[in-house]
Amino acid sequence: MMVDGNLFDVQRVSVVFHIGGLLGGVKLVAVNDVSFTLSRENAEIFTIAGESGSGKTTLSRLLLGDLHPTTGKVFFEGRDLTEFRSRTELKAFIKKVQPVFQNPFETFNPLRRVEAYLFDTAFNFGVAHTMKEATMVVDHALQQVGLSLVEVSKRYPHELSGGQIQRISIARALIPRPRVILADEPVSMVDASLRMEIVNLFRKLRDEDKVSVIYITHDLATAYYISDRIAIMLRGNIVEAGPVEEVLVTPMHPYSQLLKESVPEPEPEDKDAWAKHISLGVTEVKEYNQLGCKFAGRCPHVMDICHQVDPPDIQIGQRIVKCYLYTNQAEERTRSTKIAEV
Amino acid sequence: MSIFRIIRDLLKYDSRFRIAFVFLSAILIMMLLSFVSPYSPNKTFVVAMDMPPSLEHPFGTSSRGQDIFWWMTFAVRNSFLLGIVTAVLSRVIAIIVGLMAGYEGGWIDKILMAINDSFVVMPLLPILILLGFLLRGKMNFFTLGLILGIFGWPWDARLIRSQVLSLKERSFTRTAVYSGTHPFWITIHEHLPFVLPIVFATTINNMLWSIGMEVTLSVLGLSDVGTPTIGTALFWANQHGALVAGVWWWIAAPTFIAIILFLGLYLLFSSINEYIDPRTRLRLIGG
Amino acid sequence: MAILSVRDLRAYYRTEAYGISRTVHAVDGVSFDLFPNEIYGVAGESSCGKSTLIKVISGNIKPPLKAYSGSVVYDNGLQKVDMLTISPEEMRRNIRWKEISYVMQGSMSVLNPVRKIIKTFEDIVDSHQGIQNKKAFREQVEAHINRLGLPTDVLDAYPHQLSGGMRQRVAIALATMFQPRLIIADEPTTALDVVVQRGVLQMLKEIQVESKNTVLLVTHDMAVHANVADRVMIMYAGRIVEEAPTKTIFKAPCHPYTKHLIGSLPMIGVRLIKTSLPGSPPNLSNPPSGCRFHPRCPMAMERCRMEIPEMVDIGEQHRVACHLVNGGTR
Repeated sequence: MMVDGNLFDVQRVSVVFHIGGLLGGVKLVAVNDVSFTLSRENAEIFTIAGESGSGKTTLSRLLLGDLHPTTGKVFFEGRDLTEFRSRTELKAFIKKVQPVFQNPFETFNPLRRVEAYLFDTAFNFGVAHTMKEATMVVDHALQQVGLSLVEVSKRYPHELSGGQIQRISIARALIPRPRVILADEPVSMVDASLRMEIVNLFRKLRDEDKVSVIYITHDLATAYYISDRIAIMLRGNIVEAGPVEEVLVTPMHPYSQLLKESVPEPEPEDKDAWAKHISLGVTEVKEYNQLGCKFAGRCPHVMDICHQVDPPDIQIGQRIVKCYLYTNQAEERTRSTKIAEV
Repeated sequence: MSIFRIIRDLLKYDSRFRIAFVFLSAILIMMLLSFVSPYSPNKTFVVAMDMPPSLEHPFGTSSRGQDIFWWMTFAVRNSFLLGIVTAVLSRVIAIIVGLMAGYEGGWIDKILMAINDSFVVMPLLPILILLGFLLRGKMNFFTLGLILGIFGWPWDARLIRSQVLSLKERSFTRTAVYSGTHPFWITIHEHLPFVLPIVFATTINNMLWSIGMEVTLSVLGLSDVGTPTIGTALFWANQHGALVAGVWWWIAAPTFIAIILFLGLYLLFSSINEYIDPRTRLRLIGG
Repeated sequence: MAILSVRDLRAYYRTEAYGISRTVHAVDGVSFDLFPNEIYGVAGESSCGKSTLIKVISGNIKPPLKAYSGSVVYDNGLQKVDMLTISPEEMRRNIRWKEISYVMQGSMSVLNPVRKIIKTFEDIVDSHQGIQNKKAFREQVEAHINRLGLPTDVLDAYPHQLSGGMRQRVAIALATMFQPRLIIADEPTTALDVVVQRGVLQMLKEIQVESKNTVLLVTHDMAVHANVADRVMIMYAGRIVEEAPTKTIFKAPCHPYTKHLIGSLPMIGVRLIKTSLPGSPPNLSNPPSGCRFHPRCPMAMERCRMEIPEMVDIGEQHRVACHLVNGGTR
């Protein structure tokens, strides 16, 4: 299959973990038959949203090449990630795909000056060859995120705020001039009043610097604010995906609807809707190993077939929904459907 | 932070350091005095025997006609050097083994830990005693230092390895990976600073252990008894039945010096270790 | 009338190492009241002092933390208790679990990991009033947790077998065993998923409505306050900047910091560009002079740098500490 029209091409990947010993033990399907693409042409912000145990972290590790899928393939710029074996090849890959981590105070070694990482990155990827060049490169990267080398010079992580460190983390990720930044919950540990700054940065990266962002989060509000497309995950499956305007404003999958409804709004028009009593699901492990749809245990529209067979991916316009409720609506495609690009 | 500022801070605020400073300065002075000793430690019967401590002979004289004070200056020097040789050798081995096993993992880790654990279970004292018998008289102190160094690393290598294993999981290790840093430099720049306090803490243990081992061997007469050390001092005193003969100063002097040396080293590393501990460092910087 | 009165509370952390001493002014002049039958929200970001405030109120003052001035008085109608000078023994015997209980972030601090849940219940009740009949007690506990919507089989589980949300709900069940007058919840849902958070907060709200007690809910998440709290108090850098009924705080905030905090919240369906405040919360070992918000305030005046703004009453239960509203002029 010719796939080099896309930056990332994730084809029907599954990740299965075996927990426990050689005899017995439990099988955990962390990611189940997931497919999506990230465009090469246009920079975009693609959100992978889900709660804990949804598989989004495992998926992010797949995309960073940290982990190989049990079945299926992940292609980057047309090449299968499992092909990268030598240090040079891996290095060439991570030059183009850089991460930003969740916990600002763990991202950098508390015993090292923060700027050391930026200089290291500049030298290691051949972006600079002399100290003078590196200083310029580092300063430029910091300015792109609204800081400067003067402010940050000689500082240790605990001397900076969470927001500042996340911005420096993004600056570091920008130095090798990546195609994609993979941000794993980048603002969940940052103060509310500083979040917008960082989230706006991602927008700027997309609009001005043409860097795509894969944004992994459980916070639907910020996801709505910056994303172009979104995929909602539940227990390893993408249950709904499509343009963010559609998926978050008029969610179709019952889980997406529950998720949206559960996000507390600062100016609730209908306070009672959020306060409506809900029952929380059974434990995670039980839901993971359920046959059929993973939401069947708590879905208000559940039918018999939901308990038996995995629902198919149904394409409706630019959206894909994994739910039997919509089998009649749009044409049902086979499971190798990809999300249509924006 | 210059070394003088560190010493000044510690002197001012840590009473342990002050005491250690005094004790170890005294030891250092004794060591230096050995270079200007009027008596050679190898010559016997150069002064009157069995004389109690006096102005002329601060620690008295022994039954072999030697001035104990000047003899001890050599003893202190040799014991201390032995401790240093052992400590340095075993630290270096422990760090290399611990870092490699921890970071590489896989079969390198398995092999190294297998070697490590074999050393741990080897009963050292009987082996040393055996070696002492076999090489009777021919084991010089440098050799002893090397042997002790080779046996002294396993415990700490495992400690260092565990530390590295947990450090590998932390986000900043991943950040270093994505900054394109080679795994070797990751170990040195990211992990070693956390490992150093362990190394310092165990250095003192190691020195005390090796000096103690030496004393044990020497008292049993299994080392080169011609060389002056704290242990051989006790050996000779015993040989001549010092306590029974009433020559108590011959036992008291090496014991007293050993206590000062041990206490001094212990307090020194205890205070430096707290100072160096990343958690204290972070507090200091104002975190 | 107030069940908890805090007046001009100042609590600092003092540390000293190698000649360098630092004082962190975590709570610096805080006064407020808690009344019966309400959910009172405390909002603020990291290093605003709210966690320290909770520690002090709950009698959990250990070095390097010390309360330097002010008072915290708990009044249950029968007696007044000075929370700053109460002995740990009296605290354990009379106050904790019975009058005031706590739900913290991460229930593992209250659930014993090596004991089954029912045993933790027994341990706590036993230390307070002794259990005569184990069977009858078990029935009581089952009734209690059923009423709260939890299945009875959690009692026979170990904490690690339950999900985070379930553990928090068990922690709430524990906290309400003796029907305390005041429940202090410190970031009870911060680490939980959004759907689970909803369930846990609903439970808390239902309990409050039924027993008409007081809940002090501390969280940085303003949206949670909007849906759960009756009154909200905003803290910044160790001081209260605004306090008002929830509707007022969200519809007509007064203090520039409150306005920004609410204005910067993203909402689904709203595509407006939102901006962040410049700078970051101050270092409390060296806080700014005068109004601590002035370095970041878009409306800062010269006066703000020099004078600490007083807390002023501007209407129905609405208080603000800002020079823009001093004397009632806006």
